[in-house]
Formats: sequence, C-alpha cells, structure tokens
Amino acid sequence: MKELSLNILDIAENSQKAKATLTEIILNETEDTLILEIKDNGTGMSEQTLNCVTDPFYTTRTTRNVGLGIPLLKLAAEQTGGSFKITSKTEGESRGTCVTAVFNKNHIDFTPIGDTVSSIVTLIQGHPETDFLFKHSCNSGEVSLDTRELRGILGEVPLNSYEVIKWIGEYLSEQYENLK
Amino acid sequence: MKSLAELQAIKDKMKDKVVIREGSGNVRVVVGMATCGIAAGARPVLNTFVEEVNNGGLAEKVTVSQTGCIGICQFEPVVEVYEAGKEKVTYVKMTAEKAKEVVEKHLKGGNVVAEYTIANFKA
Repeated sequence: MKELSLNILDIAENSQKAKATLTEIILNETEDTLILEIKDNGTGMSEQTLNCVTDPFYTTRTTRNVGLGIPLLKLAAEQTGGSFKITSKTEGESRGTCVTAVFNKNHIDFTPIGDTVSSIVTLIQGHPETDFLFKHSCNSGEVSLDTRELRGILGEVPLNSYEVIKWIGEYLSEQYENLK
Repeated sequence: MKSLAELQAIKDKMKDKVVIREGSGNVRVVVGMATCGIAAGARPVLNTFVEEVNNGGLAEKVTVSQTGCIGICQFEPVVEVYEAGKEKVTYVKMTAEKAKEVVEKHLKGGNVVAEYTIANFKA
C-alpha cells in the first residue's frame, strides 16, 4: 500500500464484514510516533481465528486463498521498528476487534499517512447504515468526525447522499487546513 | 468555515428528493474494494464515479456501490456495470481518468468503452 490511509480503509472494511455498527478510527501523532487504532463492535474472532489473521495464507474470502490486509498493516508498522497488536472478543460488552499499530515516523521505511479524508469518505459512501468515529490528533490539534452526530441532524437523509458525502469531505479537509 | 448548521440546510433541501430517488436507478456501478482493489488504486476510481455521476446529473439513474474481491485480482481496479436487460460489463485496470471516460461515454452516451473491458485484456 502506498499510503497508510489505504491500510486504514482496508482494515475498516473488515469491521463492516464483521457487522460492526460502530467503527472507531483513531490516529495519535507525536513528534516521533504514530499510533493507529481501529476498533469495532462487530462479531469478533475466536482465539483460534485470531492466531491465524497475521498469516498471509489465512483469509475469509472465498475467491482466493490469500488474505493480505492484516499482514500488510503489520509489516508497515514493524518495518519502522514499531509494533502491531490485535485483540478480539466474541462476547460481552467489549465484543469486537481492536487493531493497534505503532509506527516510528522518523524511520526511513515509514509509509506516509496520505489522504485520510478520502478513506473516511469512501467508508461512509459504502456503509451509510453503520457509524464511524474518526479522530486524528497531533501536536497542532485534532481533526474529528462522528457520523452519529451527523445522523442526528440528517434524520432519514442517508449519509451517502452525494451532497452529504461532499460536505463530509470538505468538513474534514477544512479541519486539516486549520491544523497547518 | 463548515458548520453542522450547513448540514441541516442540506437535509431540508433533500427531504423531498429522497422520495423521488427510491425505486429508480436501473444502472448499477460496482467497484471492487477488497485489499487487492484498494492496493491497486480503487479508492480514487470509486470517488471519481461518485463525483462524476452526480455532477453529470446521472444520480437518478445510476447508483455507485462497493463490493469485496471479485476474484480477478490481477485486473484490479475492477468496475462492473449492471444494467437491466443488458449483459454485465466488466472494466479492468481502471484509473480515475478512465472512470471519467466511462461515465461520459457509457453511462451518459450508452456506448461501452470496449478498450477498457476485460474482453480486450484477455484477447
């Protein structure tokens, strides 16, 4: 993947497949590190499955025998001297899956974060019936979006109506502009 | 500065439109958005379709949606066009530029862009 934002899009798609109603995408940046957390309240995975997901030759897809999403993100983090963790629960209040990747931003193999706005817009366009919480914080401030809040205003108007999608993209881009 | 009040205005404007849209849209554009598609560049392809379909006034007729792996990863980004009564058209190795052309020639003009279809790549 050329940008981490593409890994984010890819991993968050897994949450949709796991029937999550809320997917949280949290980016925390300091001078030297980036912590990415993608957390959902989906069906979760058994311990057995969890042990397999970082193996490229494990996949849920039926069209092919290779699943590269999780291994690619793990590699992107570890190649910067960072770390990768995935936890999951199939029952209880904390049901769901949480993926955490830590990156060394100053490492030569650090993949640029890229266009997060585009990834968030794409996720909402494809999954207007589920909710997303996006937060990207760094030294100069924070960018955030909570579709639950937008849904409260929009009522029956779907989140993937073009006017709404366009507004979300501009709303996020403007927040990023203000960080600079 | 964008505000949530603006969103309220969008909602008020769209309330009537929602009813009209239901039941219409007999053309479906489906973009493969699994790991293979995303890595190959499906994100800008999808967003270009969404943008161009709406800017071109095709929103009533065309819906743009996402799907998982279509199974031909070497041809990603893959876009399928479904139209009632017609055979499915599969576009392969798509880019944002090609997407614009497909909207203009195929979705608007009714002519399949044969050059970008899978038939052309397999031959």
